[in-house]
Amino acid sequence: MGMFFMANGSRITKLFRSTLFYIGAVALCLPPVFVFVWMILTGLKTGVQNISYPPQFIFSPTLENFRAVFAQYNFFKYLMNSLIVASLATGLSLLLGLPAAYSIAKYRQGRIGVLILVARMTPFVSYLLPWYIIFRYLNLIDTYTALTITHLIITLPMVIWLMISFFESVPAELEDAAMIDGCSSLQSFRIIVLPLVRNGIATSAIISFIFSWNQFLFSLILSGPKTKTVPVAVYNFISYGKIDWAGIGAAATLIVLPVSIFAFFVRKSIVQGLTMGALKD
Amino acid sequence: MRTVPAETTRMKTAASKISSFVDRRQALVYPAPAVIGLFLIVVIPIGYNLYLAFTKWTIGLGDPRFIGIDNFIELFRDDRVLNGLKVMIYFSGLSLTLELVLGLLIALYFHREFKGSEIVQAIYIFPFAATPVAVALIWRIMLNPEIGVLNYLLTSIGLPGSLWISSAATVVPALVMVDVWKWTPMITLIVLAGLKSLPNDPYEAARIDGANTLQIFWYITLPLIRPVLIAALMLRSLDNLKEFDIIYTITQGGPGVASETLYLYSYKVAFGFFKAGYGSALMVVVFLIVLVFNVVMNRMRLSAQDI
Repeated sequence: MGMFFMANGSRITKLFRSTLFYIGAVALCLPPVFVFVWMILTGLKTGVQNISYPPQFIFSPTLENFRAVFAQYNFFKYLMNSLIVASLATGLSLLLGLPAAYSIAKYRQGRIGVLILVARMTPFVSYLLPWYIIFRYLNLIDTYTALTITHLIITLPMVIWLMISFFESVPAELEDAAMIDGCSSLQSFRIIVLPLVRNGIATSAIISFIFSWNQFLFSLILSGPKTKTVPVAVYNFISYGKIDWAGIGAAATLIVLPVSIFAFFVRKSIVQGLTMGALKD
Repeated sequence: MRTVPAETTRMKTAASKISSFVDRRQALVYPAPAVIGLFLIVVIPIGYNLYLAFTKWTIGLGDPRFIGIDNFIELFRDDRVLNGLKVMIYFSGLSLTLELVLGLLIALYFHREFKGSEIVQAIYIFPFAATPVAVALIWRIMLNPEIGVLNYLLTSIGLPGSLWISSAATVVPALVMVDVWKWTPMITLIVLAGLKSLPNDPYEAARIDGANTLQIFWYITLPLIRPVLIAALMLRSLDNLKEFDIIYTITQGGPGVASETLYLYSYKVAFGFFKAGYGSALMVVVFLIVLVFNVVMNRMRLSAQDI
């Protein structure tokens, strides 16, 4: 054995090492894949199949649940609600956040960061109670306005933090040149700076969209029959006494699939949105 | 610098006045909308929340009545506050520890590039972006002690099943398992970014001195990565101490109050019993816990950086 090792030392070690890596890969992929697959399987089984024991791994799949989710539970409306709120929150976050992030990056306005940190540290329920009272007073419960404003609490700080690092990479000389050519500040921002950070804008837009789409707590209290978003809609599948597991499986698949695809494209930057630049100092 | 164009000699239009104001006061004008926005949607509600903490008020009945610190005295007489604190410490202590240790180990694993590591990483981080309520519901199905797939798998390989979320003794570890599944990828990604930015020199020196892999990890990597680890812990704690979606979806704090964290209790007081004043006082306490934890951690991070 020892001689064998010595003769082929590096090759054997390499083989041993790569085998270990592949065992590790399987171990890491198994938990996410299993839950993901189980979610889809739950959606493809009938109600009876879902509560039978032992659990069925092989069965003839049905698309009935997906049809029922749209036909009975009006799921298309909830998907649209989520799409509208997430788009509004993302659009507004970009509109307010882009100039702010640019200015913070250019003029080193660190104090604004404290405000963002406070926003992130405060329990969401602490915002929810005052907002619930205010929106109730203004008759704005169950409106897109109420949902969008509260989702901004999460998405705006996120967009600002993400964009700061992108703006920092824009060379100042380019803007100076534009200014000398007679561009106003707004023109040079729009024509010179923003196109240079378009990857960053796309990334922050996607991340902001994901977090608004996933938001549950604010929508749980502030939405209603008209504006219910998908996380609340799927949660309501269990709140009527009997639990529709098959419907939950189908609905969960429909909710998770789009954000998973989005997340795949921004997986490198998604951490930065949450870390608030903590890694830089 | 700039040549004066002919228009400026004419009456300045409002538009050009604004434009030149923006030019001169860029540092003020650009961040203003976001700062005002954050002030309105963040600072004012926090202030209102603080005010309510000193009042007695049932939402929908009359007006808030100022009662001083009575709500905070009430905290000490409320059994569910102590229970909530215990559950919070149990849940967060266990999940944060596991996420940090596993996150570090998995980051070390990904740090060695290998064929296909990109794909493995993409699959591994899936839970991180998945809608919490949706995946938590799927976990709830899988954790069912009678018909759930987890107990089926355990018993089919000869292990005993668990009562998971149906028993007060196992509910917190079961919820921790879901939290670890969902959020360890976040720690991994942060630590991985930290590992990639470590200097190369200490490693070369160690290799020349003949240090083995374990020694290199213990004496070089770990001290160097410590500030990043603490930063990751802080960021994760911001959400973990206020975990809502997973617990609310899977157990709503049950069975009984066995998984009711202080944060979840504050939600129930405010939106279940509509006691706005007492609920606000509880939220202030949760905020203070998060704040103190992060201030202490930040001290540790800064001193770890100095070494």
